[in-house]
Parts: sequence; C-alpha cells; structure tokens
Amino acid sequence: MVTQVTSFSRNGLSDWLIQRVSSLILLAYFLFIGVQIATGIDYTSWRALHDTTAMKVFTLLAIGAYVSHAWIGLWTVFTDYLTEYMLGPVGNVVRPVLQIAVVLALVVYAIWVIHVIWG
Amino acid sequence: MLQVSVYRFNPETDAAPQMQEYEVETGGKDLMVLDVLEMIKAEHDASVTYRRSCREGVCGSDGLNINGKNGLACITPLSDAVKNNKLVIRPLPGLPVVRDLVVDMSLFYAQYEKIEPYLQNNSPAPAIERLQTPEDRAKLDGLYECILCACCSTSCPSFWWNPDRFVGPAGLLQAYRFLADSRDQATDERLAKLDDPFSVFRCHGIQNCVNVCPKGLNPTRAIGHIRTMLLNRAA
Repeated sequence: MVTQVTSFSRNGLSDWLIQRVSSLILLAYFLFIGVQIATGIDYTSWRALHDTTAMKVFTLLAIGAYVSHAWIGLWTVFTDYLTEYMLGPVGNVVRPVLQIAVVLALVVYAIWVIHVIWG
Repeated sequence: MLQVSVYRFNPETDAAPQMQEYEVETGGKDLMVLDVLEMIKAEHDASVTYRRSCREGVCGSDGLNINGKNGLACITPLSDAVKNNKLVIRPLPGLPVVRDLVVDMSLFYAQYEKIEPYLQNNSPAPAIERLQTPEDRAKLDGLYECILCACCSTSCPSFWWNPDRFVGPAGLLQAYRFLADSRDQATDERLAKLDDPFSVFRCHGIQNCVNVCPKGLNPTRAIGHIRTMLLNRAA
C-alpha cells in the first residue's frame, strides 16, 4: 500500500514548496558554475573559488537542494508507477527496495560532497 | 459508410476485451456520436451497452473516449471526432469496465464524496436564504457548472495511477467551488484535508482535464487556487 510515510516532509504543501525552492537554488548554482566555466577557468582559480567559505556554503546548499529535489521527484515517480495497483503485489517489494537504493545513493552523494569541500 | 470500432467486453463471459467493427450509414449528416451508437444498437447489435440519458450534454452520463479523446457522446459531432472516416469508441480510461462502454465510477464518486461537496455553515439559518453579494456569487462561475461526467478525471494520468488517493480534477474543481463560496464556513477544515502529498499535489498541471472538459471548465486553474489558499494558510 502506498502511504505518505516515506515522503520527504509527509506534507504535500511542504514537499511542493521544497521542490520549487530547491529547483531555483540548483538553477542558480548551475548557472553560476556554467558562467565560471564559460569565462575560462584553470585548476588554480577553480581551487581558489571552491576554497572560499561562500562557495562552500553555496555548494552545500546546492547538494541539500539536490538531495531534497531528487527524493521528492523520485518518490512521486515511484508512488505513481511502482505500486500494487500498477504491478500487483510485487510493487510493494520493488518500490521500497528502489527507495532504499535512492536514499543510500543520495546520502553517499551528500557525504561525498561534504568530504570534498570540507575535507 | 462510416467505419465504427466499438470496445466490447463482458467480464462475466469474455477473457479479454475486443474491438468490434460496424459500418454505419449516416446519410452524410453530421450526427452526434451518441446518434451513431443508437443506430448501432437499433440496427446492428442490440447488445452494445452504454450509458445515456438527457442526450443534450446536461446529465453527464455518456462520457466516452472518442477517437482517443474523452468527451460526451451526445454533444460531440462526427465532424469534430471522425478522422479518415473512422470512429473509435472506448470506455473512459482508468476505471474498471462493467460492460462494453459502461465503467464502474465508484472510485470517482468516492473522491467526490471525500471533498464534502455541500455547504457547511453552522450559523442559524436565515428565514429565507443565505445572501451573497453579486461579486461573491461571481466567484462560483466556472465551478458550479460541472456535471460530474468524469471526462476530466479519467483523462488525468495522476488519477489513473492513484485513483484512491488523488482527488482528481473533477473533485478538486468542486472542492474549490466550496472553498470559494462566501457562505461556507469550513474553509480551514477543508484545506486541512487536502494538505497531504496525494490529494491535491499529484496534479502536475498537464491540463488534460482542461483539454477535454465538455463544459469548457478549467480544473487546473481551480487546483492552482487551492494551492494558493494552502500556501496562504501556512504562511
């Protein structure tokens, strides 16, 4: 049975709002990175950029936005298509397995990013 | 001769649905799709089963999938529906088929029931009626006209995937009809019941509902208003 217990905030409005705000943060981050790359960047300046506290905070904000955005989006996809209603009883096995896999991947990404920028 | 293909299925006797072909002489007239079904039933095959009542787009009984688009058979002219002299008629998608073109609308009505589609006002009833200003009354235009034909909800993928949790465009249009009513006092309770991840927020705004509504209504806009009300309530 599909319930909201595994949704990001267990509240439709919060999830909806977080997904929109996180998309704006990601847009700003990728535009900023895109501009940096387009204007020409080498290892030294790239390293210097990411050594600033502001950039570290921005990157941390972006990975937080990425994790929440990805989870809300994929949770919606999983609870649309991988359900008992769509797949029969196997849906109630496939969905939690994939949800756990996605959570693990997102946690690993987040820890990896934190390790790269703060390590 | 118009080539008509009709979805046939009797769950009690058939292992699987099939499409049955008919050739209907329309005499070159721009008939309504319902007229063609009536001709098939009268002249070709009396066992073809479908719902119909008022035959003028008021009762909402004959919502069907006509050449791939949901609509009311009684007010859909052949000139709007037929392509390459071919008319394909199927039941509304996403709901269990009772027989041929008749679907079980229990899930649709359960969602309608969920939004409590009646005025809730605990103040003492006035002697004659609860009055509204013309401006407040105008807020209900585009909402009250819904005839619950289910063309919108059964064209919505979110309703196909979660018909037991997503209220669907028809139910949400009616939910907003009561949220927007100046005489209703249960706004907060109504909004609280819509604040989960499924009831409203499974709408992704693809507007299939707007595209098919035979009354020209706009459930997507109503859903947007509900979201705004939920935001304002939380702010």
